[in-house]
Amino acid sequence: MSTREGMEIAFAAAEAAALCRPEVIAAYPITPNTHIPEHLSDIVADGRLDAEFICVESEHSALSACCGASATGARVFTATSSQGLLFMGEVMPIVSAMRLPVVMALGNRAVSAPINIWNDHSDIMSQRDTGWISLFAANGQEVIDMIIQAFKIAEHPHVMLPVNVNLDGFQLTHVVEPMLFPDQDEVDRFLPPYTPFATLHPDKVVSMGTLGMPDIFNEAMQAKDAAVIGSLPVIEAVWQEWERHFGRAYEPVYAYRTEDAEVLLVTMGSLSETAEAAIDALRDRRVPAGLLKLRLWRPFPREAFTAAAKGARVLAVMDRAVSFGGVAGPVGAEVRACFYPGPAHPLIVNKIIGLGGRDVTVENFIAIVEEARATTVQPEGYQLYGVRGLS
Amino acid sequence: MAKKKWPQDYQDLTPGCMVFEPASARAYHTGAWRAQKPTYTFSRCIKCGLCYLYCPEGCIHETEEGYFVADLDYCKGCGICAHECWPRAITMVDEED
Repeated sequence: MSTREGMEIAFAAAEAAALCRPEVIAAYPITPNTHIPEHLSDIVADGRLDAEFICVESEHSALSACCGASATGARVFTATSSQGLLFMGEVMPIVSAMRLPVVMALGNRAVSAPINIWNDHSDIMSQRDTGWISLFAANGQEVIDMIIQAFKIAEHPHVMLPVNVNLDGFQLTHVVEPMLFPDQDEVDRFLPPYTPFATLHPDKVVSMGTLGMPDIFNEAMQAKDAAVIGSLPVIEAVWQEWERHFGRAYEPVYAYRTEDAEVLLVTMGSLSETAEAAIDALRDRRVPAGLLKLRLWRPFPREAFTAAAKGARVLAVMDRAVSFGGVAGPVGAEVRACFYPGPAHPLIVNKIIGLGGRDVTVENFIAIVEEARATTVQPEGYQLYGVRGLS
Repeated sequence: MAKKKWPQDYQDLTPGCMVFEPASARAYHTGAWRAQKPTYTFSRCIKCGLCYLYCPEGCIHETEEGYFVADLDYCKGCGICAHECWPRAITMVDEED
């Protein structure tokens, strides 16, 4: 049985993490993720969860503590946002290269400057290439589900990689939604205790995070890449198992009303909900438009994506981060690269929207789809959408 | 060059490159980096052990005769021993010679 409850999503993320019985939590508060560690701290202080809550002095220390704790074989959880993630940046690729299954809730927030505490994806995109598995949640229910799934994926013996669950700052972290909370025994059945591959323990000597000379470094990176790529079938299997346990289906690319669609919007995170409303409005007017919602960002589900996009004439790819001076936004570049080896590809329009908390409305998406429908030639580069002064 | 002791192919690596054999770092012979090596004129050596104290690699040991010599498996050829040796018993020579 699950319990239906209305709650702020950041609190729900903490409750979901607690249901996974983490043994060590190290996190440093930063808007908008603050309520996640704050509430977990309450849960531990109230005796509802038997975990070490390490009050660290920075995010660098938070992830370092998580790294060390995970190496001892503990189940570990952390949460951060924006500058906090960037401060974790030095440790991010270490955790993944050491194959430690740390789970992070990432309340996505713009990166300074100018200082901005609101939502976009520039934080995670700056850490895109660190070797973490990246999931994107579109609503509170997905946040709960993905945090529980994340431990199962991360700790799988064929994966052994850290996972970040991305939830948009404010748009998700601070919104109250009714959500289904699985019961503890259901979560226990889905997520058994963590069995580590090896642990730092004096009884059995092991060195982790050792020096890798040029003789070995290429092979080490190939092994890491193979692990990230190889996690895809496990992620899909965990999602199928989740559906069997809890009845909610997950797949790397969620297709919404894509049948016979001429134009497909491509979104990640909470904008997908707004985009669904826009697609409904367009379909009501018999505009053949659909939505592809990316739930999995790393590893990128290339095959699932190209299969889901098949038949569309134009893809309107939404980015929420700028790759300054590049040829596309991060998602736009990924999608274009997906189609490059193929003989034919759709026109790909790349819009960068909703930076630093700028509202994106149903009307914006409708206008973007209409513009995409009128597109007959592959446009150059990308466009920051709705910028004053841009024609 | 010593025989390579590390895995050949990427599939042979342990997850996360974890090392389960204690003290196996000694299998990596850092002396392979060396461009110059120390040579000894033992007739000048006063067995003071200054080279032993100054060696940043800790690779100098005392022989049964009481002289101090570097283990060339690990000596990187920095020349600090030769620099500190005031009786000039140590001379650095190029590896090619």
